[in-house]
Amino acid sequence: MNVPDNLKYTKDHEWIRVEGNVGIIGVTDYAQGELGDIVYVDIDPNIAEIKAGETFGTVEAVKTVSDLYAPVSGKVVELNKKLANEPQVVNSDPYGDGWMIKIEITDSGELSSLLDQEAYKNLIGQ
Amino acid sequence: MKKTTLYKIHEGLGAKLIDFAGYLMPVQYSSIIAEHKAVRNSVGVFDVSHMGEIFIKGPKALDFVQNITVNDASKLTIGRVQYSAMCYPDGGIVDDLLVYKLADDEFLLVVNASNKDKDFEWMKKNNSFGVEINDRSDDYSLLAVQGPKSKEVLSKICNKEIDLEYYHFFKAQVAGIDMILSRTGYTGELGYELYFEGDESVAENLWNKLFEAGKEFGIQPVGLGARDSLRLEMGFCLYGNDIDQTTNPLEAGLGWITKLNKECFIGKDAILKVKSEGLKRKLIALISDEKAFPRHGYEITSDGKVVGTITSGTVSPILEKAIAMGYVDANFAGVEAQLNFLIRNKEIPAKLTKLPFVKK
Repeated sequence: MNVPDNLKYTKDHEWIRVEGNVGIIGVTDYAQGELGDIVYVDIDPNIAEIKAGETFGTVEAVKTVSDLYAPVSGKVVELNKKLANEPQVVNSDPYGDGWMIKIEITDSGELSSLLDQEAYKNLIGQ
Repeated sequence: MKKTTLYKIHEGLGAKLIDFAGYLMPVQYSSIIAEHKAVRNSVGVFDVSHMGEIFIKGPKALDFVQNITVNDASKLTIGRVQYSAMCYPDGGIVDDLLVYKLADDEFLLVVNASNKDKDFEWMKKNNSFGVEINDRSDDYSLLAVQGPKSKEVLSKICNKEIDLEYYHFFKAQVAGIDMILSRTGYTGELGYELYFEGDESVAENLWNKLFEAGKEFGIQPVGLGARDSLRLEMGFCLYGNDIDQTTNPLEAGLGWITKLNKECFIGKDAILKVKSEGLKRKLIALISDEKAFPRHGYEITSDGKVVGTITSGTVSPILEKAIAMGYVDANFAGVEAQLNFLIRNKEIPAKLTKLPFVKK
C-alpha cells in the first residue's frame, strides 16, 4: 500500500498535500483499494467551502458508497473535472490524477491534528 | 473462520478476502467491473464452495421434498434441476434452493451458505417421511464456470460431450475428477456448476486445468462482488436482501415457482390466503440514469412519501446505470407511479422496468 511521506492523512482515509496556503485533497491508496471500482465522485459543483471533519461529497463504488471528509477547512478553488468522465483514475492514481478538490486553507493550525505517514500506516495496520 | 479447498489459490492470486457466512471468501481479485465483464463477454470461474449440499434419500424422498418446497418436484426426472424455495407455515421464506433429482429415491438440495444450518434443522424438524437427511457441505467443493465460452472451456477437459440443456445435469469427469456437472448458475449466462469431493490438491488441480483450458479465452477468477452485480442485472433474488422470513414468494415475484395446485406443502395455506386477499407489497425493478446509486436499505418515495425500500441496488457494469430491486406498497407497483430513490435525503427519479435489467 502506497503511503507517501509528503502528505497528511485523516482517519477517514483522505489525504491532503499542502503547497503554500493551498491544499489538494483526495482519498488514499488504501481507501480506493477498499472501495474497489469507483464509478462516481459526487461533489456539489457549486461547493464554496469545506469545514474540517465535515463531509464534502461521496464516492460511489460498485459495491458501496463512502462519504468524503474534509481534512481541514478552506475555500474551494478548484474541483477535479476529469473525475466526471474518468472516476476510475481515483483507483489508478489516487495521489495524482485522482485528486478531488483544491482549497485555500483557512486555518493552517488545523493541519497539526492530521496524521503523518507513520501514524496513517499504523491506522491501516502496516 | 472456515476456508474452502481453494483458499490458497485465492490468497496466491491476491484476492481481497472477506468473511461471508463464516467462510473466508474472495470478494474480488482485480476489479468487480473487469470480473463482471469477463463473465458477460467470455468466461469466469467462481469458488462457491460455501454453498450447502444436503442429500435426501429414502423411499419417501419425493414426498419429503414435495412437502418442504414450494415448487412441484414430481415434475423432475432424473438429471433435472429445479429452482425452488422452502417456506414457513406463515409463508415467509426459509431459503431459496436448487433441487436436483439424483435417483427416484434421492435428491440433492443446494442451499445458501448463510442458511445452511438453519435449513438442515428445518429439514430434520419436518421429516415425518423417514428419509435420510445428510448435510455433506463440508465434503463438497463447488465451482461455477460461467460465460459464453464456458462450454468450450469445459469441453476440452470433460470426458463426456456437454450437451446439457438449461437446468439439466449429469455425472461426468472433468480434469479426471468425478463430479456432478450442472448447467446452472447465478449470472444469466451460459454456465455450469461443478460439484466435486476431494481435498485441496483435487480442487487446485481442477482449478489449474480450468485456467489452462480457458487461457485462450482470457478466463478470469471472479469474486462474490461480481457474483452479486451479475445476479442483480438478471433480477435474481438474493436471500437476506430481496427475500427472507418476512417476505412471501408471491410478493417476491416467485409465483412462478410456487405451485399452489400441488396437494400440500408447508406454507401453502398462508400463501393461498395472501393470494386471495391480494398482495400488500411487491418486489419491483427500478432503473435510473442519475449518477447516484441506490443501495440495500435506502427508501423509495413517491410525491415525498416513503412507499418502499430498496433490497438490492448498484450500478450495472453493463448498462452503466443505477439499478435496484425493492418492495413497494402494491398501489405504487404500476407503471403510472412516479417513484424515486431517496439517496442522502435527495429524491432521485427512477423508472419502473421489467426484469432482467440486462436482456439476454
